[in-house]
Formats: sequence, structure tokens, C-alpha cells
Amino acid sequence: MKPDMSVEIAGLKLRNPVMTASGTFGYGEEFSQYVDLEKIGAFVTKGLSLKPRAGNPTPRLVETPGGMLNAIGLQNVGIDAFIAKKIPFFRTVNTPAIANFFGSTPEEYAEMAARLNSISEVSALEVNISCPNVKQGGIVFGTDPASAVSVVAACRNATKKPLIVKLSPNVTDIVQMALACEGAGADALSVINTLTGMAIDLEKRRPVLANITGGLSGPAIKPIALRMVWQVAKAVKIPVIGIGGIMNATDALEFMLAGATAIQIGTASFVNPGSAQEIALGMENWLAERNIADIKTIIGALEN
Amino acid sequence: MQFKSMIIDNVEVSPGYWRMRMTAPPELMEAHPGQFVMVRVSQSIDPLIRRPFGIFDIGLYQPAYTGAALQSYFEILYKVLGKGTGMLSELHETDLIDILGPLGKGFDKGSAGEEKLIVGGGVGLAPLYLLAKELVKDSPVRLFAGGKTKDDVLCITEFERLGVECYTATEDGSLGECGLVTDVLECRLDSTANKGRIFACGPHGMLKAVAAIGKKRNLPTQVSLEGYMACGMGACLGCVRQGSEHTPETPDYRCVCTEGPVFEANDLKWEGN
Repeated sequence: MKPDMSVEIAGLKLRNPVMTASGTFGYGEEFSQYVDLEKIGAFVTKGLSLKPRAGNPTPRLVETPGGMLNAIGLQNVGIDAFIAKKIPFFRTVNTPAIANFFGSTPEEYAEMAARLNSISEVSALEVNISCPNVKQGGIVFGTDPASAVSVVAACRNATKKPLIVKLSPNVTDIVQMALACEGAGADALSVINTLTGMAIDLEKRRPVLANITGGLSGPAIKPIALRMVWQVAKAVKIPVIGIGGIMNATDALEFMLAGATAIQIGTASFVNPGSAQEIALGMENWLAERNIADIKTIIGALEN
Repeated sequence: MQFKSMIIDNVEVSPGYWRMRMTAPPELMEAHPGQFVMVRVSQSIDPLIRRPFGIFDIGLYQPAYTGAALQSYFEILYKVLGKGTGMLSELHETDLIDILGPLGKGFDKGSAGEEKLIVGGGVGLAPLYLLAKELVKDSPVRLFAGGKTKDDVLCITEFERLGVECYTATEDGSLGECGLVTDVLECRLDSTANKGRIFACGPHGMLKAVAAIGKKRNLPTQVSLEGYMACGMGACLGCVRQGSEHTPETPDYRCVCTEGPVFEANDLKWEGN
């Protein structure tokens, strides 16, 4: 028996719950040699801004046990180049493309949402209010409920497409942030972005990253991410997309039990570029082996 | 492409430096000198990220068992620096490892007959042997190999076997000239009225000096860079280096993994770096 793997996020139908996380999958095409994009649910682009952004100075990356710290600083081609150079590829694959974006003011967020709204090849929008590596255009809006509301409401007014808000774990109470975003019109929540961390070079007595701090990702953060997905999913009525250190199908299914309707694969795509596709297949096999007919029955099915 | 390689041989060629030979799919024989592979050292999550290594050599070998067909292989040359390379050095014959590659843009070999000058510092020789092997087919090739001590000057015999004329320099004088390999390169250029095309790989200070020599003497100069990268395919944007036009106001970052690792020296910014 082939299980029904389809899920739905705010009207967006996905053939399975597996997406790729923003910033770990380029604009899709980079990985097309390693992943059959038509075997995953959706892919999410690198975070986009109105103008191209160069990102932070180097070193931008360092490995830590079970994870990695990055401080890329939202380097991206900007929306004009995105439309001209990246969109044509989207037409060649029958899989929803989700555009991740950010701005430095609520007005800029709204302008981005409006421009992305007019692109038919973009199936949904993911608002980044949680990048820990830039002062403007990220964490400022993601750590204060009132600021988050202003950004999400501005985006909501500018788009009819499904609006996903990506939350930061670097807050006192993620449930409060989640409820604020839900109230402001978010259709779904991505939980979580990276955790702020730091690495030090003892002999040089210096931080390893030029930006001093960076965002921690990878299996090291999975228990925290699971806990936050569980907390948020219990509190809100909109779908939650689970993210944080998912390396295999087992991890992915745990997030769904905790309440996630879909999941995103991030750092795992760096380690093994075919991860997203392999995880989707692994989830299907797990269900088939247990005669579970529908993945949707797993969502939030955690027993106490 | 992603593939599993079986280790054929993994030997310490000099204290702290290792050379590993692995099986390769036939497609890897098309790799260009200067391209690299991303190696997953273990299936565990620590170390998590792959390590990039230049392709040292590719070729065909005869497996030991009777009646076996010729099998393609490739080699990497690496220095044990941390946990990942430490674990790599503990792998044995018949162990399997996961490889992505060949990746990146290799060297432009230039035209036949012109003098080729290869400059390598320490483990920077890694991508230069395959290059030399290609270049000797139609050009006179000279190698300038340097290191802190004689232990850091690697695989000279292999280069000599190709017919490459080798010059060595060490900072402590334990092998070849006492001093920097770039000084030896300048001597050679002085005596030949600035002829040649330069290819270099090694520590940043050496590459910076080579870039300056190439610029001053107006010689085509390519450098192969190292970068701290997570993916090797242009997605993580961790490995970027500043291009020649870079300023804080108008940033110009190049991906080492996809736009390099080989760059024209003049296309990069060296001042202040």
C-alpha cells in the first residue's frame, strides 16, 4: 500500500511534507543534479531583498560539534536579478517554489511581498523576521511581538499568496511571537531559524567568525527545535513547518508527531545534497512498513 | 556527482602529510587540474561538514585479484590539521568514503610551448601535480616548491619523474635555498627576462607574493584558493573571497567553490587581505 504523503499549507498542496530550508538550497537549480525536485514537496529560495546584498565579511562559517555556525549576512542577488535569472528555472519543475524574503522596514517588507505576489511562478511567501546575522531586516522584527505584528500585517495587506512567517528561537517566549504573527495574518509558521552562537579561536584569542556571532544549525539544535515546534503547534491554529537539525526520515517524523504539518531540510543538504529526496522516500517507507495510510494522521499525534 | 570510493592506499608521505588513493567512477577521469572534491570523512555527525580537497592525481590501476579489469582511481594529498583530517588519516584500505565531485573551475592551461612556472607551498602542491602532468605534454614545466622545513616540501620525486625541473626552498634551509620560494621564482624570472605563465597554490602570504610578482612582471598568473565551505556548490556562500573591485560600499564577493577555486590573480583583491 502506498501511503498518502500529501499535506496542505494554507491552500498550497504539497505532494509530501518535505521542503528545503532557505539559505541551504540556493535558488533550487544549484541542487538539481542531486535532487529530483519533483520528489519533494516544495523548495524555498535564499532570502531575497529589494536590492542585492553582499553579505558579511569572512570568515562566515565554522563547524562546531554536531552543527555549524554561519554569519553569511543574507547575501543575495536582489529581486530584479531573481526575476530575470532565477525564475526561468522554476518553470521547468512541477514543484512549488517558495520565496523567502526580508526588508529593513515594514514598508520594504510590504514592497517585497507585493512584488513577489505578482510572480506566478512563486507559490508562497516566507517572511524572514529571524536572521540573527544582520542588524536590520531580521532579528529586530523577530524578537519583539509588536514589531513582528507590524511586518506581518504589512505583508498580509500586500499579498494574497500563502504567507509563512519564519520565527526566531532567540526569544524569551516563542509562543507569544507565534500568536502575535497568527493574529497579524500569517497563514503558517516556520519554526525555527538558527540559534545565535559563537566560536572562539583560543590561540588567536579571537572570535572565529568575522561577525563575532553566527547562527547555529544542524543536529545540535534538534532537541530545542522539537520543543519549540511542540509548544507552538499546541498554541496556534495555523500549520507549523518544523525546522532544525533534521538529518533523516526519523527526525522528520518526530517533528510531525510534535505537531508540524511539513518540515524543512537545511544543513543536511550541505552534508548530503540528496537529503531532501532521501528523507521524503524514507518517511514514505516508514509509513508503508507500518500500514499507515495517510501522513496527515501523524501530525500532532504525540501521545502523552 | 556523488559516489562512494573505496580506499586503495592511505600513507603518510612526510610527517603530518598524507596521500590517499581511492577508487573512482570512470567519469572522474575527465576532471580538470585544479578541480576539487568534497569528502565526507565519516557518517557520524561530528565532524558534520564535508572537507574540500584538491585532486592530486587521477589514473588507472590494476586491482590485485586475478582477471580484474583496469579500474580508475584518484588521489588527494592532505595535511592533518584537526578532527576531520585526523579521522581521514586513520582510514584503511577497503574502507568506503562518500565523495562529491569533481567541483569548481580548474586551471587554464595556456598555450603549448610556453614556459610554465608552478609554485606550491606545503600542502598547496595538492592540485598542482595533476596540472604538471597535463602541462608536460606540450610545455617545459618548472616547479618551485617551498615550506617551513624539508618535511613541508612534498612529492618532489613524483614531479621530477614527470620531467619537471624542480626548485626548492625552505625557511630553515633544511632543503634547497634558505628563504622563500617566491624569491627563487623571482631569480628564475630575472634570468629568463620574464617569460612564462604562473600557476600557484599555497598559504595566503605566498599567493599574495606570487600575485604581486605576476602583476609587476606582467605575467599571466592563476592562483588556487582554499575556502571554508559547507556545500561546495555555491549554496552556502561561506567560502567567498573579495574580488579586485571590492569596496565596503560596492562589495564584490566571489564563490571559491563555483567561481574558483582557481582565479586569475588580477581578479582578486590582495591589498589589505
